[in-house]
Amino acid sequence: MILGADPLFEGGHVGFVVLLFVIVKTFITFALLLLAVMLMIWFERKIIGDMQNRIGPNRAGPFGILQTLADGVKLMIKEDIIPNRADRLMFRLAPYLVLLPAFLTFAVVPLSGNFAPGTDGVVKILGHHTRLQLVDPPIGMLFVLAMGSIAVYGVLLAGWASGSKYPLLSGVRASAQMISYEAALGLSVATVFLVTGQLTTSGIVGAQYTWGWNLWVTGLVPFIVFFIASLAEHARPPFDIIEAEQELTGGFNTEYSSFRFAIFYLAEFMNAITLSAIVVTLFLGGPNGWYPPGPEWIWGLVWFFGKMIVLLYVLVWIRGTLPRLRYDQLMDLGWKVLIPLSLGWLLLLAAVRIGDDRNWNLFIVVPVVLVMIVAVAGLLAAAIKVGRSDRALAEVFE
Amino acid sequence: MGYLKGFLVSFAQQGKRQRVTTSYPEEKRPKPVRIHGRHVLNRYEDGMEKCIGCELCAGVCPAKCIYVRGKDNDPDDPNSPGERFGFVYEINYLRCIHCDMCVEACPTEAITESKLFEFSFTNRSDAIYTRDELLVDEETGRPQHLPWEDWRDGEDQWTSQWMRATSPSGDADYEGRVAWQAERGYGVRAPEAAQDKKDDIDTEPAFMHTEVRPNQAKEIFAASSREPRPWPRPDGRSPMPGAQTELPAELQGDPQAGPRDGDD
Repeated sequence: MILGADPLFEGGHVGFVVLLFVIVKTFITFALLLLAVMLMIWFERKIIGDMQNRIGPNRAGPFGILQTLADGVKLMIKEDIIPNRADRLMFRLAPYLVLLPAFLTFAVVPLSGNFAPGTDGVVKILGHHTRLQLVDPPIGMLFVLAMGSIAVYGVLLAGWASGSKYPLLSGVRASAQMISYEAALGLSVATVFLVTGQLTTSGIVGAQYTWGWNLWVTGLVPFIVFFIASLAEHARPPFDIIEAEQELTGGFNTEYSSFRFAIFYLAEFMNAITLSAIVVTLFLGGPNGWYPPGPEWIWGLVWFFGKMIVLLYVLVWIRGTLPRLRYDQLMDLGWKVLIPLSLGWLLLLAAVRIGDDRNWNLFIVVPVVLVMIVAVAGLLAAAIKVGRSDRALAEVFE
Repeated sequence: MGYLKGFLVSFAQQGKRQRVTTSYPEEKRPKPVRIHGRHVLNRYEDGMEKCIGCELCAGVCPAKCIYVRGKDNDPDDPNSPGERFGFVYEINYLRCIHCDMCVEACPTEAITESKLFEFSFTNRSDAIYTRDELLVDEETGRPQHLPWEDWRDGEDQWTSQWMRATSPSGDADYEGRVAWQAERGYGVRAPEAAQDKKDDIDTEPAFMHTEVRPNQAKEIFAASSREPRPWPRPDGRSPMPGAQTELPAELQGDPQAGPRDGDD
């Protein structure tokens, strides 16, 4: 019964109470996420307004906090248009392909729980042992990466099915961008796997109990790489070239209107929420932290959402500061900086662990490693230089 | 570390409360002095309509939004001092582009534009303003406040024609001169400074900050009813017919001074 309230029904006992727990948890998670999205949109608009010396939404509700609700109602009563040249099935499917991964990713995030060694994040609520996360699949983080890739299909299909040139360009950009950043994303998650030895999200959080956050255990670099790469993966500014208004009118959702557009809008901000939830889980210890006396799952929730709000603020801050990257700059950053950096860091961490295991002599290993790092960096720089001069030559002889 | 510097800039903007936007319906920005808004049909001081139904405004209108029909005045109860008056006068605000060409064309300065642009309609026929709605109030000379228009205090004072006050119509001698008739609209203004002096002064005319009293136009021109002298022109040609032949005393002298308050 310990894992009873798990939608995957690992325990094998499927009773009425278990089913009820699953339904209630699904409902709560979904409601929580929607509420968070609603507040996030308001928060982002308000903060970015303050940064740009504007007032921001201030009409609907106190401080304009119900602005998102008003926008949603407005979008729902608008006419729903499907262009003549659209592929109707794909056109209708695409918004859900974007929305669903955003929600499913959030489902595997442990919101709170007791992560003291040996307890595995299970808390006792109403006499039943359960995790404070909707589902804890054994593949854990791989599921998150997979969902990230599925979201690309949504954007790509939306662009393609619209039967219009700007959305199509945006879809092509989306596929290129998301695939190139997937590698850096995966490599920095691999460092977390390496350090914690866990694949499940609850296991990763458990390995960071109290203050053993992966942020410093992995040495900051994977955190930065993961953060930047997931910004690009979810097309947050400054990587929002797939909906660059100045170039592509509205990007992949140009032809969408009414509720379908609302779903894209919702998914975009839901992605921002899940992005920060995943970063918190992987690198910032999830709900771990110093707990004052009291039920620890409440303090876990406080820590978790506190960290999330800080990260969401950073997201907004980045959006308010950096201009959008050009397409080639985006590709350069992904392929020439983030992938080598994350790959190198993964190898370094692996070497440190092996060296630790086999008692390597540091006086020999460190100089050798340094020489190798310099050599590899030199080779990489040379390769980039050759590539640049080739391109320059090609332009000259054109 | 140029990137981080940028982050500090955007961070430092927060909480400063310096706003480039306003909470619009409660708080309005001052309108530009030459803004073209909803038209008014002016009256003379005695309450007679200025419009003579000549249809020049309708002819010049590039959007074809004005419809005018003239009619002979009833000799016993005339609407206008002349022979005819504008018996039908309609402006369709779904078409009007507020170019002010009707104001320029009008020989009697009957039609001018107020500064009001905040009005809206829920159906097309409401968008057509008729003569009854466009005519200024007979007593006060101010535009009517229709229920769907957002007038604020003092906004109905600025309805007289700005175009004539500032445009020398290509004639250098009229630069910086008021060349308009006494009219019932509000806010007789000092002209802008001549072109060669424009750079020396504040671009916002002083009258924007002075309060205009009701019937000030009447007072100003009543005070200036002396023997008309010919307009000081070097070539000796007579001034354009109907133009005020002399600047009123309040408006002579420093061209950038606003209308003086007659009480002090």
